[in-house]
This record gives sequence, C-alpha cells and structure tokens, in this order.
Amino acid sequence: MSQTSHTLAAGGDNPRPAGGVQGPQRRLRLAAYPSLLAMPALLLLIAAMGYPLLTVTLRSFSDPAWGMQNYVWFFSTPVNVTVLWRTFSIAAWVTIVCVIAAYPYAYLMTAVGPRMRLVLILCVLVPFWVSGVVRTLAWVILLQDSGIINSLIRLLGFDSVKLIRTQTGVVIGMAQVLLPFMILPLYSVMRGIDLRLVQAARSLGARPSLAFLQIYLPLSLPGVFAGAIIVFILSLGFYITPALLGGPRSTMLSTLVQSQVLSLLNWGRGGAMGVVLLVATFMLLALAAPLMRQRHKQASRS
Amino acid sequence: MAASNSKERGAAIDIKAATKRYGKFTALDDVSLHIEPGEFMTLLGPSGSGKTTTLNVVAGFTDLTSGDLAVGGKSIVALPAHKRNIGVVFQHYALFPHMTVGKNVAYPLALRGMDKQARDRHVARALDMVKMADFAHRYPAELSGGQQQRVALARAIVFDPPLLLMDEPLGALDKKLREWLQLEIKRIHRELGTTFVYVTHDQEEALVLSDRIAVFNQGRIEQVGTGRQLYDEPATLFVAKFIGESTSLRGDAQTSGGETSLTIAGQKVVAGGKLASGQKPVVLLRPEKLSLARTNTPPAAGQNSLTGHVSEAIYLGSGSKYQVTLGDGSVAIVRATLEATPFSIGDRVDLRWSVVDAKLLADDDRADMTMT
Repeated sequence: MSQTSHTLAAGGDNPRPAGGVQGPQRRLRLAAYPSLLAMPALLLLIAAMGYPLLTVTLRSFSDPAWGMQNYVWFFSTPVNVTVLWRTFSIAAWVTIVCVIAAYPYAYLMTAVGPRMRLVLILCVLVPFWVSGVVRTLAWVILLQDSGIINSLIRLLGFDSVKLIRTQTGVVIGMAQVLLPFMILPLYSVMRGIDLRLVQAARSLGARPSLAFLQIYLPLSLPGVFAGAIIVFILSLGFYITPALLGGPRSTMLSTLVQSQVLSLLNWGRGGAMGVVLLVATFMLLALAAPLMRQRHKQASRS
Repeated sequence: MAASNSKERGAAIDIKAATKRYGKFTALDDVSLHIEPGEFMTLLGPSGSGKTTTLNVVAGFTDLTSGDLAVGGKSIVALPAHKRNIGVVFQHYALFPHMTVGKNVAYPLALRGMDKQARDRHVARALDMVKMADFAHRYPAELSGGQQQRVALARAIVFDPPLLLMDEPLGALDKKLREWLQLEIKRIHRELGTTFVYVTHDQEEALVLSDRIAVFNQGRIEQVGTGRQLYDEPATLFVAKFIGESTSLRGDAQTSGGETSLTIAGQKVVAGGKLASGQKPVVLLRPEKLSLARTNTPPAAGQNSLTGHVSEAIYLGSGSKYQVTLGDGSVAIVRATLEATPFSIGDRVDLRWSVVDAKLLADDDRADMTMT
C-alpha cells in the first residue's frame, strides 16, 4: 500500500520533487537538537569541573593506598570536625547577615523610581567589579585594632572591640563580598510581586504589618531561598577572606585543604576534605529542597 | 449575606468637594457626588478622567488634598484603608497566589477573628453566590480570568461590606464572558442590596449595569443621571459624545423672536432651544431621531431639513445605517429601521428631524480632544 502511494506521488503530478522535501531534514539543524546549545558549557564543565572532581575523589580513596584511611583520619582528628562545623556555622551567619541586609535594600530597589534604582543597582555592582582581594584588604584596614571602626567606637566612649582575626570579622567581610548574590535574586523575585496584592489585603482588613507578613513576605520567600542557597554555598568554599581577616580560631575548611595539599602535598587527605564538604552540602540542599518547591505560580504583574 | 434583598444593608456615600492634586496635576477637581444606599453607581469616563482616583480615595488607597468623604453618614477621611470595611474588586483580580481559593475568600474573615466553622459557612455561601463552590481547593493560577474575577468578587463580599468598589473588573476579559459576568454582577447586586460603585470606561457596560452613571472628564463630573437621562438629556457635548452615537452640527447662530436658528452649509435650521450669550451652539442629534427623505418630498411641519449626499450605507439586518455628508463636510449618522426603497451611496437626500428631537448644546473643544 505504501509502495503504491509512493510511486503515485513520485510519478504523478506532485509538484514538489521528493529531494526538495527531504533535503532540509538531512542537514543537521540546530532547531532539531536544542540540547546542542548546552554543548559549550557542558564541555567546559566536564573539563574544568568533572575531571578534576573525579581525580580528587579518586585520590581521596587511593592516595597513598587504596582504602578509607583518609576519611578515617578526617573524622578521627578533632580539629577537622571542629573546623567543618565552624565552616557551616560561619556560612550560616553570613547567610543570615546577608538576608537581613539585603531584604530591605532589594525592596527599596522595587519601590523607587528608575533613576534611583540605577543608583542602587550600581551601589551593588561597583564593589562587585572590584577584586575580592582588594576588598578584603580594605576590610583589614577598617577592622584592625587601630582602624577606623575601632577609632570611632573609642571616640564614642566605648571600649574597643576585637574585630580582626575573629569570627565576627570574617562574617562581616564575607557578608559584604557576598551581598550582591543575595540582593539580585531577591530583587528579581520582588519585582514580580504585584503590589496591588498588598492593597487588596488592606482593603480586606489587614493592617500594613499583617499585609506584609501574610502576603508580601511569603511571596518573596523564593527569592530569599534562592539568594540564601547561593550565599551559603559560596561561603562554604571561601578562602581569601577568612585567610586574611580570620585568625587561628576562625580557620575554615578551605584553609585546611590548602595546607594539606600545598604545604604537606597530601592530596589524599585534601581530597577527602573536599569530598566531605561536597557531600555535606548536598545533604543540606536535599533538606532545604522542600522549602523551595512552590505549588502556586507567581501572579504576573501586567 | 444572611438576609438578602434588604436595601438597608447598603450605605449611602457622600463625596464633598473632593480635590486631589499631584504637584501641578489635578486628578480630582472639586468633585461632589451623593450615592444612595443600595444604589449601583457607575463612574464612567476616559482614562485619566479621575474615576479611578475617586475609587482609590473611597477605598483609602489615596488621600485627598481637600474635601470630605462620608460612608453611612460618618466621615471616613481619617480612617486607614484596613479600617474602612469596604469591599474592593481590582481589574487584575489581585488574588493571593500562595493561597487556595477557599483561603483567599476566608482571609477577610480570619482577619476579623471569625472562628473556623462560621468561616467555612460564609466562604461556602460566598463561593456559591458566584458559582465557584467546586473550586475552593484550587490555586488562583489554575483558574481562568473569569473564574479568578468571580473568586475576587466572592472575597470582596464575604465579610458583608456595606459598600463594594469595583475597578474595571471585566476589563481584561473577552466580550462574551464580559457580557455574561455583567448579568452576574447585576444579579449579585440585587441579591445583596449592597451599595456598588463601579468604574469603567465602557459606556455600554455602564448602561447595562447602573442605576445611575457619573460621567467624569478631566477630573470633574460632567453629569450624573440614569442612562436614559444621559442619552436623552446630555448636559454637555462631552456627555453626549461619550454615551451613544451622535451627530453634531455646527453653524452660524441667529436669534430672532426668542428662537435660535443656525445656518449650516448655507441652509437654515431651527435649533430649538437657547444658549447663554457667548457660547457657540452645536445641534446634537441621535441617529434614530434622524430620517432620510428624497429631495423632492416636502418636510413635515416642525421638521428641519438639510440636503446632503449618502457617503456610506451599511445594512444591519434589523435596519440600516447611513452616513450623510453635508455641504460643509460635516457627517451625520442616521439609523433607519424601515424603508421601502433603500438609499445607496451617492444619492442626494434630505436629512430631516423634528425640532423637538434636537438638543442644543454649547460647543466645547474638550469633548473632541478627549475622545481620541
């Protein structure tokens, strides 16, 4: 049957030549394989992330001999566990400070006019363009015992506060460096919240603080979560800021990894530390995942 | 919502000399309006005419620069929006996307501290009234625009407000759905007896829904009245042009013996009415008051007649619509229901009307500017 129709079409009065129909299908068309669009990024990730990660993981099990000895060492050395715990606690503090500082700022960005908004965005982005090392060194100057902050505190008649080489100093420095990662996702979510919803809540009898808590805040939470996860994960791997602003009592895991790998050339133990951090991060993300899921779609502002 | 059909449930509204300025721009200019308890009042006007500002002032979203506002005889100017107990339905529904339909409708009741059982009962009744009872567990994003607007209406009436404000609630819906929901809103208004204030720029919608209509233009009220009053007795040229179709004829005025006559394209017509001196006259004619006649037939007594030619003829089924271009280039719209021999384009015809059917108004260039 198909044979007959084929010959009919080919020999009959079909105006289009068969080759003309098939031609474009033979050629490789980008539209037919949208996954090709991800190829450059995928190749880069495989080369720059996948391969090194695989090597590090392998070495953590095989260096100097096959087995779990690097992991046994990690968890049986109290300093390592303390530092792992401290890393997560500093990351959590940085995240909290960022949320508190970024939320009103991002809200202000949605509330002001276009010109003021540009100024606010620039205030976020300009420090972003300055190297992290330079900014951290600036914090060294600000935070040191004879620095501007302590001079001000003494001028006001208080006792000076130890900031440099403390956990507080590390949190302050890291929060400043990471703030844009919190402000930008928050702003993008808040910009999509229809402010008439708050008006509607007011007309239904909610005083302004309730309207904020019951309507605006829940709708902005996806932005808070998105920013918090970015900031938290970036904090876990921070190296320069804790190294320059912190002391021995605020060492983070990345510093330990650095000393294992670069100073002691012990790739196995360094790798095991990296893997532990990675697995712990994944576990935390899995716990946070239900928070991120939303049943509703964001109402669009038209 | 317990007792229906009692007109005492609605509150009277008094807007007194309300003025709102934003810098140099005056959004509301000395607006006064009285709305009867249980009345369906529509604020009609083009965008930027002040109708939405008026609504926002009543809702408490916008403060007045000067003037007073009373609901049920008590001034509410100093009350914040959340203490006014006024239902508001917004153009874009403004349902809370993170709450189900049931939670949305229960929200104002929860704020008033109503217990769960009574809340459920009220929510069920309100959703029943808008025919959305089966959707209580859905999220707003899972509903169509018309369904969302019905839920928004249920949420605005569930707490029994004495006054319901609606800001172009059907503006985002297609025509068929809009017409059906108009009838639904009319039914709900009848059942509740609440005072409704409805904002729209659609004159047809205003005529379908309202007991009375307030026509807004440039921050002022041009006229308040029933649809029939506005159509038959427009106070200004703006109102005449905003409501329904009309033909306006302009010409040189002469007054002799207490009667004003106009010379239009070299032909004299009786204007039927008087204007204050200094005002330029316009003769306003509704399409169904005009008739066409062959030029060789004499006009009846009390009829005006102007000669022109048919420039457009449209068959409408129930009748025909003609455009007649006069000698001075002005165009008249005529609706004819019955005719033995229809006119065709290019025919020389007489445009005729009874003097009593014409309305003499003062010319006003604002009327044309705002219509574009």
